[in-house]
Amino acid sequence: MSNNKHLKSSYYKSLTRKMISVIILVSFMPMVLVGGIILYQFNKSCREKTSVCLGAFVQQHKQNIDAFLSEKLNDIKFLAATFNFEELRDKFFLQQLLFRLQQEYESVFVDLGLVDEDGLLLTYAGPFKLEKAKYSEAEWFRKAIKEHYFISDVFLGLRGFPHFIVAVTQYHNGRCYILRATIDFAKFNNIVENVRVGETGFAFILNRKGEFQTNLPFNIVPDKGLYMAFIKRAEKEKTRKGVQIVEKYRGFAKKHIYAADFLKNGEWLLVFQQDTAEVFANIRRTTYIAVFLILMGGLGIVIMAFFQSRRMVGFIAEADKEKEMMNQQVIETGKLATIGELASGIAHEINNPVAIMVEEAGWVQDLLDEQEFRKSDNLDEFESAVKQIQTQGQRCKEITHKLLSFARKTDARMSDVQINDMINELVELSSQRAKYSNTTIKTSLQKGLPLIKISEPEMQQVFFNLINNAIDAINRKGGIINISSQLQDNNIIISVADNGSGIPSDNLPRIFDPFFTTKPVGKGTGLGLSICYGIIKKLGGDIDVKSVLEKGTTFTIRIPVS
Amino acid sequence: MSENKSVQDNRIRVLLVDDEKEYVHVLSNRLTLRGIDVTKTYSGVEALQAFRKQDFDVAVLDIKMEDMDGLELLKILKKMVPHIEVIMLTGHGSAEELRLGMKLGACDYLIKPCEFKDLLDKIKGAYQRRKSKTER
Repeated sequence: MSNNKHLKSSYYKSLTRKMISVIILVSFMPMVLVGGIILYQFNKSCREKTSVCLGAFVQQHKQNIDAFLSEKLNDIKFLAATFNFEELRDKFFLQQLLFRLQQEYESVFVDLGLVDEDGLLLTYAGPFKLEKAKYSEAEWFRKAIKEHYFISDVFLGLRGFPHFIVAVTQYHNGRCYILRATIDFAKFNNIVENVRVGETGFAFILNRKGEFQTNLPFNIVPDKGLYMAFIKRAEKEKTRKGVQIVEKYRGFAKKHIYAADFLKNGEWLLVFQQDTAEVFANIRRTTYIAVFLILMGGLGIVIMAFFQSRRMVGFIAEADKEKEMMNQQVIETGKLATIGELASGIAHEINNPVAIMVEEAGWVQDLLDEQEFRKSDNLDEFESAVKQIQTQGQRCKEITHKLLSFARKTDARMSDVQINDMINELVELSSQRAKYSNTTIKTSLQKGLPLIKISEPEMQQVFFNLINNAIDAINRKGGIINISSQLQDNNIIISVADNGSGIPSDNLPRIFDPFFTTKPVGKGTGLGLSICYGIIKKLGGDIDVKSVLEKGTTFTIRIPVS
Repeated sequence: MSENKSVQDNRIRVLLVDDEKEYVHVLSNRLTLRGIDVTKTYSGVEALQAFRKQDFDVAVLDIKMEDMDGLELLKILKKMVPHIEVIMLTGHGSAEELRLGMKLGACDYLIKPCEFKDLLDKIKGAYQRRKSKTER
């Protein structure tokens, strides 16, 4: 029994576990799937959008810088084309020009100089003392001679300050000369330095050798290797016009996003760099919120699954219990029917021999009545023996007829029953058992009770159970079971009272529960009273119990007269 | 022959049908002792053969027999000899069977073991009914 209980509880536990996992799986899968897909798509579109914005941003600034450079170059080109060599050779004139340019462009131009074809500075207007300087070895000079106009990289040059040069080549009397202007590095640097986004986004310019053409904000240690690799990569992808966007780890965890585009005819590279974390801060925040929501949802699902499963398994267990009880009831009824069939068979088999016996005794009696036996000494003895055979035959007949009447009542159809007759019959059937337990069954039945429509075998079962329980409860000398019936307000009230050991008050509320038993294992199923309860309730009646320890128990049944 | 017939006329002619031979035997003894002309048969077939040979006033049939159901025999007898009075005698008290027997034309029933006096009274009663029917 306890083994069975243990099995059942482990079955329900595993059922609960299965249900929980199925609910969690079924609920989680779509949530995680949908959440994941949405998050991924959101991430992707955000990144795409950011890339597009970044591209446009860098392109915009690249155009600005390119425009700045070409404007300056065009200014010098204009000067060189407008004024002839002689004019430009005049230092005063050149100073005048510089003055005007500085007025016009807020001193972007630092100085102006005229250099001959051998690289000798012919005229100079500006803050430095550079007259007679030789530029024949300078790279910008060689490039300017070759390409007619040229914008140099930033360099320190003779003056020792960072600057770069815009140079235009012209011809005079078959010899070329160069008009060159120096651009204020600080002014140019400002343009690039002002390209700032957020806290970590900044821009800088590199030349092809990976040399910085502008100052870097913060104390960034230039990682030349990284930028060179970046330039190489950018060069490789040069065929693809436009801004290149790359994400790269720098150090262990810090990830940067780089957007770069070539400017100044591909000589310089404008690089915009920003911490990925900052660029995608929105995405990260959204991801955190989504993950948080999924986790909370998951927690909700887990809690719901846990409680819901337990509730459902509780229902199932309840239903199983009821089913089991009903099965038990069916089995009990079946048992009763089998007993009925058996009883009917036995009664029939016994009736014939008993009938022969009784008739043979009658025949002997007939013969004894003949004159010849009248004189016999033992006539009285013979007659008494014959009488005894007939009496005992009569007794057998009563037993078999009782058995047959019991067998007839094993069908569950409802019929009109006189309850007192039934009680009397059952008392008679139980009296033998009561006698063995030193118990007397007394009845006090109200005469003339109306018939009630009930199923006889079911009602028999109720009384059998109550009487048997009463006998079990007494089991001592002087036990009395009182059965009474009476009519009260269109209800028939039947009580079965014993003076037995009584039921502890703790057990009283549970005695009609299925499987509740105080009898030793194997002696009681704990179903008897619950079946009684079910049968009486089905009839629209009530069954009630009152008990005092060591004084006795009274079961009261109320059945409505329909 | 005519004297013989008159004797026969005064006696109640009873056919006993039961597969319990001892029972038939002892009943026959006791009934004969009380002036009743008893013919003993132990199966439905024998009962029908007996009927072909002679007429009876009352038939006492067992309901459960091996070769032929008592109710079946009752049906055939009632068809063969509509005026025959039949008393059913059964070892088991299936009310349904008894009710069916009464419907089929049996006049009474008894449940084994029965009081011999009851059987005798019922036979006599049946005979009276039979006689009044034939006189009309």
